[in-house]
Amino acid sequence: MFENLTTRLGGVFDRLRRRGALSEADVAEALREIRVALLEADVALPVVKEFVAGIKERAIGQEVIRSITPGQQIVKIVNDRLVELLGGTEHVGLELGSPPSVVLMCGLQGSGKTTTSGKLALRLKNRERKKVLLASLDVQRPAAQKQLQVLAEQTGTGHLPIVPGQKPVEITQRALDTAHREGYDVVILDTAGRLQIDDQLMDELAEVKLLAEPQETLLVADGLTGQTAVDVARAFNDEIGVDGIVLTRMDGDARGGAALSMRQITGKPIKFVGIGEKLDQLEPFVAERVAGRILDMGDVVSLVEKAVENIDREEAEKLAKKVQKGRFDLADYRSQLVQMKKMGGMQGMLSALPGVQKIKKQLDEKKVDERVFTRQAAIIDSMTPLERRDPDKLNASRKRRIAKGSGTTVQDVNQLLKQHRQMQDMMKQMKKMGGLQNLIGKLPKGMIPPGMLPRM
Amino acid sequence: MTQPNSSWWQRLKSGLSKTSGQLTGSISAIFVKKKLDQDMLDELEEALIVADMGVETAGRLVGHLKRERYGRDVTDREVRQVLAAEVARILQPYAKPIPSREVAPQVILVCGVNGTGKTTTIGKLAKMATDAGLKVVLAACDTFRAAAVEQLQVWGERNGVPVYAATQGSDPAALAFSALEKAKAQGADILMIDTAGRLHNKAALMDELKKIVRVIKKVDPSAPHDTVLVLDGTTGQNAHRQVEVFRDIVDVSGLVVTKLDGTAKGGVVVSLAERFHLPIHALGVGEAIEDLKPFEAQAFADALLGLDQPEQAA
Repeated sequence: MFENLTTRLGGVFDRLRRRGALSEADVAEALREIRVALLEADVALPVVKEFVAGIKERAIGQEVIRSITPGQQIVKIVNDRLVELLGGTEHVGLELGSPPSVVLMCGLQGSGKTTTSGKLALRLKNRERKKVLLASLDVQRPAAQKQLQVLAEQTGTGHLPIVPGQKPVEITQRALDTAHREGYDVVILDTAGRLQIDDQLMDELAEVKLLAEPQETLLVADGLTGQTAVDVARAFNDEIGVDGIVLTRMDGDARGGAALSMRQITGKPIKFVGIGEKLDQLEPFVAERVAGRILDMGDVVSLVEKAVENIDREEAEKLAKKVQKGRFDLADYRSQLVQMKKMGGMQGMLSALPGVQKIKKQLDEKKVDERVFTRQAAIIDSMTPLERRDPDKLNASRKRRIAKGSGTTVQDVNQLLKQHRQMQDMMKQMKKMGGLQNLIGKLPKGMIPPGMLPRM
Repeated sequence: MTQPNSSWWQRLKSGLSKTSGQLTGSISAIFVKKKLDQDMLDELEEALIVADMGVETAGRLVGHLKRERYGRDVTDREVRQVLAAEVARILQPYAKPIPSREVAPQVILVCGVNGTGKTTTIGKLAKMATDAGLKVVLAACDTFRAAAVEQLQVWGERNGVPVYAATQGSDPAALAFSALEKAKAQGADILMIDTAGRLHNKAALMDELKKIVRVIKKVDPSAPHDTVLVLDGTTGQNAHRQVEVFRDIVDVSGLVVTKLDGTAKGGVVVSLAERFHLPIHALGVGEAIEDLKPFEAQAFADALLGLDQPEQAA
């Protein structure tokens, strides 16, 4: 029902790719689809309109109509424009002045301000060797100050002692005094979540800002935010003035349209993205990545980084050698299963790969059972080393023993053997076709071991 | 329809007023006794999209309007009434509070993505239940986030309700298990289980939630009797994925939508109701303990479309 932006654009561009040349009507259709797709990706309407108008300007005319591969041309135009609007290729970090500099965190309730404060403190401490003081001005939410205190302990940064009953402005003053007195480089002021239409709390925030004179006022916003992103970004920027945006929950599966909306409305850079619950999971914002995610170019960079993180290089090289020799036994198959699982399973990998949104959708519909990984690994674990090296040795009695040992059935064992055979065949073919160079071209298909799909 | 209590009505209305203002503004601008044509319908559709209704639902609603009024002279109010009636018609079957059941303790599991307002909602639900004379106990199963337990404990104190807690980092399922045993022994009417926020696409975290369900079933096979998913009202179309995945994994029985006192447009509720047919138990309209209100279809639709029905009815 609600297709991802990626799927939609994929559909449009598929149709465009099949054509030799583009008429204006084609462009208009593509633009309509792009518009709907962006809206479904939660990009705010005014931003969508501006975006589509920009694309139209570039798309209609010779540039596209005379081009040989119009589909690709439009993909490029859309991608370039997205990257440009999201802030281009430059990453803007924090601009901290002479110490003690102040970072003021603000945003709606539940956007992730406190967690982000902790993450930022850890980042400044570890990467920039700063002495950081965390101070919570959140006197609204129960135990919010305690939460920041715990985070300060976890990150090993300073924390302003909690004095019950103090108002945010008083806490701010105390934080500034403490920072001066105790020689802190950076003070991070975490504030209570507030609605941008709550005049009283917005005034309070403005007052805090006036007193604290922060070098950086960061708007922390939920990456899952819908159309309201426009109102939030505009109000905080107009009334408080923000220097940058931190988008949280970007490890979710939302398309992140809020990124485009907020960047466009405020004109302020997105400085960081939160990509997990752990305190080191705060990353610089990279426009290409988000644009790529939106456009089904896939977040290949992230996939590669994930691969580097999770894959044992030596093991991978060993495997590659075996594949080249055309030898790929069940022990190798097992280590491949484990590596795939480490990288977040099929779903995780597919969502990061380019051009596979359609496959992913099919997988979603057919409900691929990720437990297959575990089950198959268990089957192989129940084999003797000899059996792993030479699966042909497996007779009915051995299969029964293996099934029993792994808590599966003989059919499961047979299915595994069949998949292994198919994979071996595939690898032999690959060798004939000239190895890796060809494999990369066929990546989406090749990445999926045959038989991963449930029997239909 | 019951007369909405004026204070909460005011809150919801003032919360939705900016939304309504936008909707009202855009619609008024389009329809000042004019013939309803395609251009106007297109612009109207956009106004609904801005309310987070989603492209498909907005298209369907506008299609409905087109069938009813196309080519006729229409006024601003007429158009809004047609739309509100349609929104209310869609939502009406799902305006149901959390049912009170003939079991003790009735186990209510509260789950959702991080920062949607689970703990706050539990604090408010506990207030409603204690006001109704029920004996409530709470289990603080968010053992992940720093000070989450303390946050629920404050709500427990405010309501005079016991909170079962364990140390940060301990197994939430084990805590849920012992909390249910204790609640049973103490003859509590309701046990509400607060869980850690989790993104629905994190398999390991969703497994942890599943485990909580599995483990409490060992004490009471019929538990949890209600599994409430708390949705952040400012969330856009991703709310669909959240409902879909949480429903598949822990069989969500109803929704609470929070943060509707901002410019959050709540429009996504309409398409959620159409697609998932899940009851919408309540709306969160503020941080105070009384700011959780029953969901009322007509009032919600009217507020969304800027119609002043309660004043008329009064």
